[in-house]
Parts: sequence; structure tokens; C-alpha cells
Amino acid sequence: MLERLKEFASEFFVTGDPLIYGADVAIGITMITIVAVLTYFKKWGWLWRNWLTTVDHKKIGIMYIIASIIMLFRGGVDALMMRLQLAMPNMDFLHPEHYNQVFTTHGTIMILFMAMPFMFGLFNVIVPLQIGARDVAFPFLNALSFWLFFLGAMLFNLSFVIGGSPDAGWLSYPPLSELSHSPGVGQNFYIWGIQISGIGSLATGINFLVTIIKMRAPGMKWMKMPMFTWSVFSTCIIILFAFPILTVTLALLFLDRFAGAHFFTLDLGGNPMMYINLIWMWGHPEVYIVVLPAFGVFSEIVSTFSKKKLFGYKSMVFAMLIISFLSFFTWAHHFFTMGSGADVNAFFAVTTMLIAIPTGVKIFNWLFTMFRGRIRMDTPMLWTLAFIPCFIVGGMTGVMLSVAPADFQFHNSYFLIAHFHQVLIGGVVFGYFAGLYYWWPKMFGFQLPEKLGKWAFWTWNIGFYVCFMPQYAVGLMGMTRRLSTYGWDTGWWELNFVSTIGAFLMGVGFLFQVAQIADGIRKYKTLKASGDPWGGRTLEWSIPSPAPEYNFAITPRGDDIDEWWEEKERRAKGIYPPEQPLEPIHMPKNSAIPFIMSICWFVAGFGFVFGWLWMAILGLAGVGICMIARSFSYDTDYYIPVDEIKRTEASLRGSV
Amino acid sequence: MNKKPRSLIRIIIPVVLTLVTIALIVWPMLAGGQYVVLDPKGPVGASQRDLIVISTILCAVVIVPVLILSAVIVWRYRDKPDNKSAYEPNWSHSTKAEAIWWTVPIIIIGLLAVVTIRYTYDLEPSKPLASEKAPVTIQVSSLDWKWLFMYPEQGIATVNTLNIPADRPVKFELTADSPMNSFWIPQLGGQIYTMSGMAMTLYLQADHEGQYWGSGANFTGEHFAQMRFDVNATSEEDFDKWVTEVKQQSQPLTQETYKTLAEPGTSNVAYYSSFPEGLFQDIVTKYVIDGQSAHSKHGEASGAKEITTQDVDKSAN
Ligand code: HEM
Ligand SMILES: [Cu+2]
Ligand SMILES: [Cu+2]
Repeated sequence: MLERLKEFASEFFVTGDPLIYGADVAIGITMITIVAVLTYFKKWGWLWRNWLTTVDHKKIGIMYIIASIIMLFRGGVDALMMRLQLAMPNMDFLHPEHYNQVFTTHGTIMILFMAMPFMFGLFNVIVPLQIGARDVAFPFLNALSFWLFFLGAMLFNLSFVIGGSPDAGWLSYPPLSELSHSPGVGQNFYIWGIQISGIGSLATGINFLVTIIKMRAPGMKWMKMPMFTWSVFSTCIIILFAFPILTVTLALLFLDRFAGAHFFTLDLGGNPMMYINLIWMWGHPEVYIVVLPAFGVFSEIVSTFSKKKLFGYKSMVFAMLIISFLSFFTWAHHFFTMGSGADVNAFFAVTTMLIAIPTGVKIFNWLFTMFRGRIRMDTPMLWTLAFIPCFIVGGMTGVMLSVAPADFQFHNSYFLIAHFHQVLIGGVVFGYFAGLYYWWPKMFGFQLPEKLGKWAFWTWNIGFYVCFMPQYAVGLMGMTRRLSTYGWDTGWWELNFVSTIGAFLMGVGFLFQVAQIADGIRKYKTLKASGDPWGGRTLEWSIPSPAPEYNFAITPRGDDIDEWWEEKERRAKGIYPPEQPLEPIHMPKNSAIPFIMSICWFVAGFGFVFGWLWMAILGLAGVGICMIARSFSYDTDYYIPVDEIKRTEASLRGSV
Repeated sequence: MNKKPRSLIRIIIPVVLTLVTIALIVWPMLAGGQYVVLDPKGPVGASQRDLIVISTILCAVVIVPVLILSAVIVWRYRDKPDNKSAYEPNWSHSTKAEAIWWTVPIIIIGLLAVVTIRYTYDLEPSKPLASEKAPVTIQVSSLDWKWLFMYPEQGIATVNTLNIPADRPVKFELTADSPMNSFWIPQLGGQIYTMSGMAMTLYLQADHEGQYWGSGANFTGEHFAQMRFDVNATSEEDFDKWVTEVKQQSQPLTQETYKTLAEPGTSNVAYYSSFPEGLFQDIVTKYVIDGQSAHSKHGEASGAKEITTQDVDKSAN
């Protein structure tokens, strides 16, 4: 018995690597600390009522962002480990299998569990406020989406200490991802972690699409919508078409692994090519999913901090919609070198290049928003300014990659790694940072201390260029991606060494950000923010910071693109809107079901990962019970009485 | 203007930082390695290098002015009390300006598209190279984690090393007996995937004698980093001499040795005096059922022919 238990444990837990033991200890200590702190301060009830069961979109947004920053840390540590391994030839820091696991988890986590939730966090916090709504269209579904994402991410992360991580790359091409080449459970963690959180992503896409279509303030016609909301809208359209492809692809892969199907295995007539096509039909649009909202963020910030209207509003909208359309016609550029023939390659080369046109137009519009403006250099604007050259250069190398015959030389090399990090970090990460800094006061009611923020900004940026510019060069020297080691004879080490220095500088930048937030929390009383700390232009700045539970005491109107700016102008001229009587506000009630149901999904996923059918069935049964419970709960909403609104408004406005 | 010493420091720090950053980036670019992609030794690589240069210049024509413009705008319109530049908070539309920046990218991308399409047809990897000399055929199989090269005309085989005659086209036929990999000799030309169940064709040529290197460019698991090989381009006579040497001095590759070779694991350089007839086709058709390859359609346009059982009968000479 004891022997069998031991044997089981040695397979179940990842063993034999000091790094992992270190992580085990760290995870254990963190868990114990969290539980101890919550118990000591008697915060369990608070946690349950205010966070775990909440359906308030602002709180859900905050939870998304916190989770995403933790994942940025995890993915970042992975990145640093890889860079350490590559700093010198023949470094023996990570063994090849371990290296493969690390880049696989790094890529997966960064895209799916860092960029996506960060984006959803910003959607949640801002979109309803920007369109003058009290909530999203389906608040219950919204909470469910979050918890599905969260538990999917946790399931994926568990693979690190239990069972073993996936190591077939973040897109998991077969046959590497098939049972024949990945017999362990790592690949199952990949499939189920993404699958569970993916359901949440699809639901969020639908939720925000409906929210934007249905819940805009009176007067807010389509062409009066704030630019961030437009970017969310175009993103959600892509999500709606792309995520079902991912779901199906992973389901088929799972059937191959679990049920002995042969969709993607060569023996018995399967076709790995089909997987590659499918995964990129999702994968390419996915990069536009994460970058479009960043474009929205930049548009808001550029116009606010230049104290000027956004230039070329209609062009901006049009460009965004074209990008979301074109993003579905480029996927084959990921395998130009797979013998598709000149016709196919020429077609996909041109459709890929076309995307540069609307993107270029957007850059010009941002520049001309600043032109004849008055540019203030607060941290949100700094990140936006850093984005512009970074994205211009990254976009240019992207166009170079799209030149099909030239891609024969760039493909799978570090040139590509440099390119996509330049657009993903320069575009997506910088964009979300900018958004976080910009809307921070709206979320938490205090401003972040700028000084540490500027330190963070500079170390991140210098680190970025030091890290990734040499990678273009080493790519032209023939270094291929996903190498766990290389020899002295290659002549690559200087570039790699410097690149590693840059990576660590970015790590320092991250630490500055953590310090900045900690410092801000410590001094938050002195940093209190007004409702409109930056001189904002859109509706979210018309209400107190942080926004009250019901967002708007009185439904606003949205007759202008910069409604709040116009309102301030009118007020300056002494024109005030007519007083409106307060009315009781209809709100959704908290619910424990999203949380519990997602835990059931987690249990089911865990069962599938290990092939323990009983556990999977148990989990799925739990999911079913939750659904039934939900369909029988009738008491799902309540009204906030006028007195309470008055009290809240008075206390919030008091501090404005 | 107020010239306090503090402001001097505020200028020195960024200048020093910028210089250090640039130095950090530039120094390793000058030291060490060789820019193989930009230093081609054959016609395919040379065309690709030209294309890289052309596309870089075309892109730079737009982005350099834009980068300068951004810097100027940010500097000129920064919010300083004594900034005298114009401020027009409501200026948000100009049809003329927008027409310009829609057309400029359209023109540039149009040009680039034309160039790209031309080169895409020219550089189609299965298109034979212009030369009076007949090409040498080499059959390439990527295994876990090594390269097997078979020379059907010479009747020899090598592992992890490749010899070719210089100044003569080489017709590579490529497949995989492993997860797909990618065959890349940067100085001769761009890479192409090796896939099991499918034979791809890639023509390359070395214009000069010399030693180049190649590698597997697509991740295939644990020891994928070991998949580097040397490419020796020699004169026609030296090549023939080398073939004779290999024929005399090495063991044959048998079905059994192939089986061991194909098992996952790394390998040293090896030479074989002969190889089993039709081995390459056997590898390609390993998974073919009823004469149908799994790669239905997608390779046909490239001339990367799908090998069916019929083809195998024909080519098993
Ligand atoms: C913070 C600084 C970062 C550093 C230093 C870094 C470094 C790296 C390194 C060394 C690799 C592996 C290259 C290889 O072995 O082929 C890699 C791969 C990758 N990174 Fe990053 N990375 C960073 C941030 C990001 C971010 C923000 C994202 C996405 C939003 C991202 C997405 C990816 C992806 C998708 C891959 C490919 C993984 C694969 O090949 O399967 N990285 N990164
Ligand atoms: Cu793509
Ligand atoms: Cu194929």
C-alpha cells in the first residue's frame, strides 16, 4: 500500500528538480499565509460577499487585472529563466525538456492568461462607465466568465507542480502534442486549462457585444461612441468568430489523446495540417484581439493628454473594423514555407500587408491628435508615447515578415521572436499598462505616485530595446527559436548575453511597478483622486472615483463623442442640465453559483487531465446542478432605494 | 530661461542612459557572429537577400519620416507654460490630410505587394534553377534528432553532414520521419518544412566552394537544438573523390540500421556506403493508406508532389 502510494506520488507530483521544490515551498508558504491572514483579520466573510460572489462589473474587472498581473509575474519569471539559459553558450541551467516546458508555459500564459484577462479587466472596468450604463448585459454570465478564466488558468498552472507541464509549444502542433510524443498529462493540462477559460472568453465576447449594442446611454449613436468602446466592439466581433474555432480544435485534439481518435495523427488517415490551419485561424485573429483594445486605450489617452479632440474619428472606426475583418485572412502566413504554392503564398502575403494600411492610418491620426495640442507627460501618456515608435518599428518588421519569400529566411528565427515581442510588448503590454495607469484612479479612488512610475517606465523601455533589438540581429545570424542551447562556434553569445541583460532590466521595471502600487496603497489617503483627475473627456470621468456600485445616479446622455468634455464646457459657460429626480436603481444580486460552478469545471477538468472518469463525471454533474440551481433562482435582483443613493452620492461627492 | 544646475543633471542623465543603451545594442551587433542571411553564397539566398533589402528600404521610406515627425510633434507641442506653438483643441478633421495618409501607405504596400508577388513566383522552392548543369538530387529526411541525407545518384548516405558540388544546382527532396522540422541553410537560401507523409522539393545552389552550416528550424522536442549540420560545397572532382571514399570506407545503411537510427536520440556525423533501395519513398509513404496521402491538396501547387503508392512503384528502380 505504502509502496503504491509512493509510486503514485512520484508520478503525481513533479519531482527531481530543485527549482520545482523551491516553487513547491513558495506556493505552500503563500497559501498558508493567505489563509492565516484572512483568518486572523476575520476577512473570510468579506472576501465571500465582496469578491467571490460579486456580479459588479467593476470588481470583476479588478479581479481580472490582479490575476493577470500575477500571471505576468509567472510568465515573466519563465522568460527570465529562458534568458538566463540562453545568456551564454552551453549553459546548463535548464535541461532541454525543462526549457521546452518553460517556453510553452511562457507563451501560453502570456497570451491567454495575461493579455486576455488584462484586456477583459479593462473591458469590465471601463466599458459600462464609458457608455453610461449601470452594468453589463449579463452580469451573472460575466461573473461566470471570470471564474471560468480564473480556474482554467489555475488548472494550467497546476501542471507546473503536479503531473508535469506541457512542452509542445504554445500552439501545440501534433504530433508533438499527441499521445505518441507527449504521453504525460502536461498536454491535457494545456487542453483543459485553455478550454475552460476559453468558454469564459467567448461568453465575455458575447456579453460585451450585447452590452455595447443594447445599453448605451440615450443619445449615444454609433458614431458618438468613445474610441475605447469601439475597440472593444471590434475585438468582440473577432472573439465571436475566432474562439469557437479554438474550442473545436482543442476538443478534437483531446479526442485524439483521450478517445484514440485520429483527427490529427498521420496513422489511420488523420492530418496534422488540419490542426495547423485550424489553430492559426484562431491564433492570428487572437493577436488582433489583444492589440485592438490597446489601440482604443491609446486613442483615449492621446486625446485626453493632448487636451484635444481625437483626430479622424471616422477613419479610426473604419480602420478598426477593417482590421478585425482582415485578421481572418492572414493565417497562412504562419506557414509560407510549407509548400502551399506561389498562388496561396502570394495571396496571404498581400492580405497580411494590407493590415499595415489601416494600422498606419491610426498612427497618423494619433500623431495629428497631438499636433496643435498641449501634451502632458503623465505616466499614461508616457506609455502611449513609448508605444508609438515601438509599434512603428514592430509593424515594419511585421511587413517584412509578410513578404513571403523573405519569410523563408526569417521564419522560426529570432528575427520573428523580436518582431512579435515588439508588437506584443510595445503594443499590448504598454497599452494595457497605459490603460491601467489611466483608469487606476477611477478604479480605486486614488492616484499612483508618479515618480516610481517614471522609474518603472524608463527601466522597462530601456530594457525592452536592449533585450529585443539584438534578437533581430541574432536572427539574421541564423539563430532559430526554441533552442535550449547553442555552441560557442555560432558567434551568437554576445547578442544573447546583452539580450538577457535587457530582460532583467524589464524585470526591474516590473519591480518598480509593484513598489509604486505598494507605495500608492500605503499613502492612498493623501493621494485621493477626484472624479476627473486627468481632465477627462468621456462619461466615466463624470462620476466620482471610485465609481459607486450603481455607476450613475442618473442616467447620463451621450450626445457627443467627448460628452463629458462638452458638458464641462457648457458648465463653464453657466449652462447646467436640468435637475432630475433620483429614482430607485435596479441591480442584480450577488450569486455564489458562478464561483461554485467554475470549481466544478475545475474538478471535471482535473479528472479529464488524469483520465479519472469518476472525477470528471462528478465535476460535470456539479456543473449541471449549478445550472439547474440557477434556473430555479428567481430572486436575482433588488432595488437601491433613493435615500441610499442620496447618502452615497453625498459622501462620494463630498470628497470631489 | 532659468538655468539651474539641476536641469543640467536632468539632461546629462538621459543622454548618458541613451548612449549606454545604444552602445549595449550596437556593440554585440558588431562583435562576434556572422550575418549569414545577409551574406548569401548562392542564387536563392542572394535573391532573398535582395528582397529583404528592397522591402526594408520601402518600409523605411515611410517609417523614418514618421519617427522623426513623432519626435518633432511631441517636442513642439509639449505642455509648457511658455510654449508658443498653436493650440487648436477642436481641430479634429481634415479630409486632405487623411486622404494623404490613406494613400501613402496604399501606394507603398501596393509597390511592396507587386515586388512580393513577383519574387514569390520566382523563388517558388520547387522551381528548378537556371543552369547548364543538371541538378544533383539529395533526399533529406529529418529524424528525431538528426538529419539523414541520401544521395540516390551516388548511392551513399550521410547523417548530420552534407556534401554538395559547388556551382551546380542541388535538388533537395525532403520529408520527415518525425514531427515536422524545417530544413535551413541560411547562406544558400530560406528554409522549407519537412513533413512526414509528403515529399517537398527545394532547389538550392552554392556558387562558391566553402563550408556553410544548416539546421533544423522547427521545434521537434527534446534534442531539437542538436540538429545542426555542416554543408561542404566542393569542386566537382572533390565531390566525386569524397563519394568514392565514402563508398570504400564506410558500412552500408541497412533496414535495421535505419530502424535504430530513426529512434529518438542524437547522433554523431556518420557515413554510409549504400542505403536500401526506395528507403526515401518508404519514409514518405509510411502512413499512406490506399494510395492516399494525408496532405491532400495542399502541397500540389508547389510541385511538392504527393507520392502515392503508384509513384513508389515507378521510382523504385
Ligand atoms: C517580459 C519580457 C519577455 C521576455 C524577456 C520574453 C522572452 C521570451 C523568450 C526567451 C522566448 C522563447 C524563445 C525561444 O526559446 O524560442 C519567448 C517566447 C514567447 N513569448 Fe516571450 N518574453 C517576454 C514577454 C512576452 C509577452 C508580454 C508575451 C505575450 C503577450 C510573450 C509571448 C511569447 C510567445 C507567444 C512565445 C512563443 C512561445 C513558443 O515558442 O511556444 N512574451 N519569450
Ligand atoms: Cu499571424
Ligand atoms: Cu504537408
